Amino acid sequence: MRKLLAAIFAVLGMLSNAGVTATTPPNVLVVGQIAEPKSLDPHAVTALNDFRIIMNLYEGLVRYTPGTLEIEPLLAESWVISDDGLRYRFRLRPGVRFHDGTPFDAAAVKFNFQRMLEEAHPYHDTGPFPLAFFFSSIDRIDVVDSLTVEFVLTEPYAPFLSNLAYPTGLMVSPAAVKRYGKAFGRHPAGTGAFRFAEWQPNAKVVLVRNPDYRAEYRTDAAPLEAVIYRPIADANTRMAEMLSGGLDVMVEVPPDSLQRFRRDARFTVHEQAGPHLWFLILNTRQGPFADKRIRQAANYAVNKRALVENILQGSAEIAAGPVPPAFAWAYENSLVPYPYDPQKAQALLDEAGYQGQELTFYVTQGGSGMLDPVTMGTAIQADLRAVGMPVRIESYEWNSYLGRVNAGLEGKADLAEMAWMTNDPDTLPYLTLRGAAFPEQGGFNSGYYANPEVDRLLARARRSTDRAERARLYKQMQVIVQEDAPWLFVAHWKQNAVTSVRVKNFQLQPSFFLLLQRAAKP
Amino acid sequence: MPAYIAKRLLALIPVLFGLSVIVFLMMALIPGDPASAILGSYATPENVARLNRDLGLDRSLPEQYLIWLGNLFEGDLGRSYSLNRPVLDEVLERFSATLILAGSALLLCSLLGLLAGVVSAVRQYGWADKLITLLVLVGISTPSFWLGLLLILLFAVNSQWFPASGMYAIYGGGDLADLLHHLFLPMLTLSVVATGVIARLTRTAMLEVLRQDYIRTARAKGLSERRVIYHHAFRVALVSVIPVIGIQAGFVMGGAVYIETVFQWPGIGSMLVQAISSRDLLLVQGGVLLVTVAYVLINLLADLAQSLIDPRLRR
Repeated sequence: MRKLLAAIFAVLGMLSNAGVTATTPPNVLVVGQIAEPKSLDPHAVTALNDFRIIMNLYEGLVRYTPGTLEIEPLLAESWVISDDGLRYRFRLRPGVRFHDGTPFDAAAVKFNFQRMLEEAHPYHDTGPFPLAFFFSSIDRIDVVDSLTVEFVLTEPYAPFLSNLAYPTGLMVSPAAVKRYGKAFGRHPAGTGAFRFAEWQPNAKVVLVRNPDYRAEYRTDAAPLEAVIYRPIADANTRMAEMLSGGLDVMVEVPPDSLQRFRRDARFTVHEQAGPHLWFLILNTRQGPFADKRIRQAANYAVNKRALVENILQGSAEIAAGPVPPAFAWAYENSLVPYPYDPQKAQALLDEAGYQGQELTFYVTQGGSGMLDPVTMGTAIQADLRAVGMPVRIESYEWNSYLGRVNAGLEGKADLAEMAWMTNDPDTLPYLTLRGAAFPEQGGFNSGYYANPEVDRLLARARRSTDRAERARLYKQMQVIVQEDAPWLFVAHWKQNAVTSVRVKNFQLQPSFFLLLQRAAKP
Repeated sequence: MPAYIAKRLLALIPVLFGLSVIVFLMMALIPGDPASAILGSYATPENVARLNRDLGLDRSLPEQYLIWLGNLFEGDLGRSYSLNRPVLDEVLERFSATLILAGSALLLCSLLGLLAGVVSAVRQYGWADKLITLLVLVGISTPSFWLGLLLILLFAVNSQWFPASGMYAIYGGGDLADLLHHLFLPMLTLSVVATGVIARLTRTAMLEVLRQDYIRTARAKGLSERRVIYHHAFRVALVSVIPVIGIQAGFVMGGAVYIETVFQWPGIGSMLVQAISSRDLLLVQGGVLLVTVAYVLINLLADLAQSLIDPRLRR
């Protein structure tokens, strides 16, 4: 017995000394991800978790200027848009090569979009490409010469450029697609500052510095030698890995844990507001919310500051209208959020003759961008009850929730939680606030809001190629929508990340992409 | 004996068939579909329909099932759309990780459980018995995912003796010592409850046996106490404990679902959780089938071991 115990302790001692090194080596950045990536084919994925890897492997014709949502050249040196907004002609940078050594040229650009869009294309079966509709306005692509490519659109479509900066618009190597077929997503090749080295399923994805990265026209070659992405699904375990030194970067830190990292000198907390909106869809077709005054009353009744500060622990900002301020050029700065004013809410309810009818409130149990939906839902329920609006919560798991809400609230609910992250100020209002975007027409206007003036402004903004004009139209639209209150505007999420203090030049982007080209870890 | 094994293995076929139908139906019944899971907020009916067509999910359910069954006979479990790789590759890889974790946990809980049970029975009402009974009670009542987090906090975050998650070091490592180093905490967590159950039953079985007449005879013959306990009593008690170990194997594999998630162990349990939430039918099917086969085989092994120890069962 004693011998056995001694043996056990000896083994324990051996094990615990086997690898006490819990610090990561210099010039190698270890990033804690929230899940195993689905694929490293930028056209086949939809999740932010995958984008965090992909944005460091690939480049698009254009990109968002770091720190903003403005478009600037990347693989294209310059472009010309025809006056009717139908033709986009891009001049490509010469001398760029994919990681597999093949040249990047106009034919490669054409291949990329044809693979996604044309069902008859020989490599269309390497999909599916769930977000290909971002480019459904493309009619055809002409290779003018090896470094000039022209897109011809079926109708003017202003978000075209920002969609090109989105992961769905990144350029993959045609040779690699032809070589690996369906397995391309596990053998990616782009033109980015990092190239793919290894993918050990459920353990890590390794990217290494691209030695051929052309410093003269882009940023300098990456200071990091390698980036290792580790999938750690459980938030507590991710925390533990960060605290024990197994990670250099941790994304999506639960708000409750941010304080702990803020107090600890070994870590730096980063926050960045982005194009995200958390709101409640109000059913304007039937029930109390068909009356604008009652919709406004609900906006006055909810204490958004308490939601943002107490429940979300400062990880979000109060929303004023339907467009996130991250789209600085299109945001109406004069917009002031509905203040928390229960008396005013009460007065509006009385004026509208609201009789205290019970409201059905759809709440999800979790989901992409939904923050803390159950706690937030119950707090909103309490605020509405305080002004005499009895609310009954119905709660669903995210998948079934989307099925219910996207089909429209009619006959089911009076209000529903929703969140969107978009890459252009056009996307969210165009898909969710137009009279022609009701669910029965294939849109996302689940609350059936319709205002001809808003429809006109959005249609004009989408057709315009002049950014100043677009900005003016979006700003007008925001004022009207805030007044009409088809939604209860709640919050814009600030994405966060924690890095070890050894990590330098780390910056979160308003696009929510994780860009590591400039990060260093000496 | 071979006929018996063959019979047991043949009985596996209808079980697997029935189970595959149930899994298919259950995945069809739970709300939400893979296309909406992929598209998220972009899931318009139009986009969903197009994606379903691309994924081959626009066929009727019986049709999908028959295609799957047909492929199965050719050894093809299909392709996981959520991981974009063959289901077979994924489940085999994941299953071997689970086998390492669950196997070592089962070994550990059998050894510790039997040892504690015997000591406890032999020293009935002594301090060792009381201590073991207390520990067993605490062990059985501790939720294992909570224990896992506690161990991570103590031994990975605070003292940094062991890594907090994963199966191998992220750079370097990859050898047996590295594996054992990563294995220790999840294995310990996973074995605690089963250790308690086995210890408790071993104690009862031993007490039962020790009261028998033949034990008194053995002692009267003048055999050493050690010989009486290990050769006469323990061997008989073991016969009734072994099926319990077989059943615990099932619980350990079930418990691996939580433990693998907590420790980010790349096993089949955490894979199933992920597969269900992304509505990856083929991956769920493949995983469940493999786990079932393993469960049946382990119980078959337990039965065989039992008859090896107890000659009366060998007919």
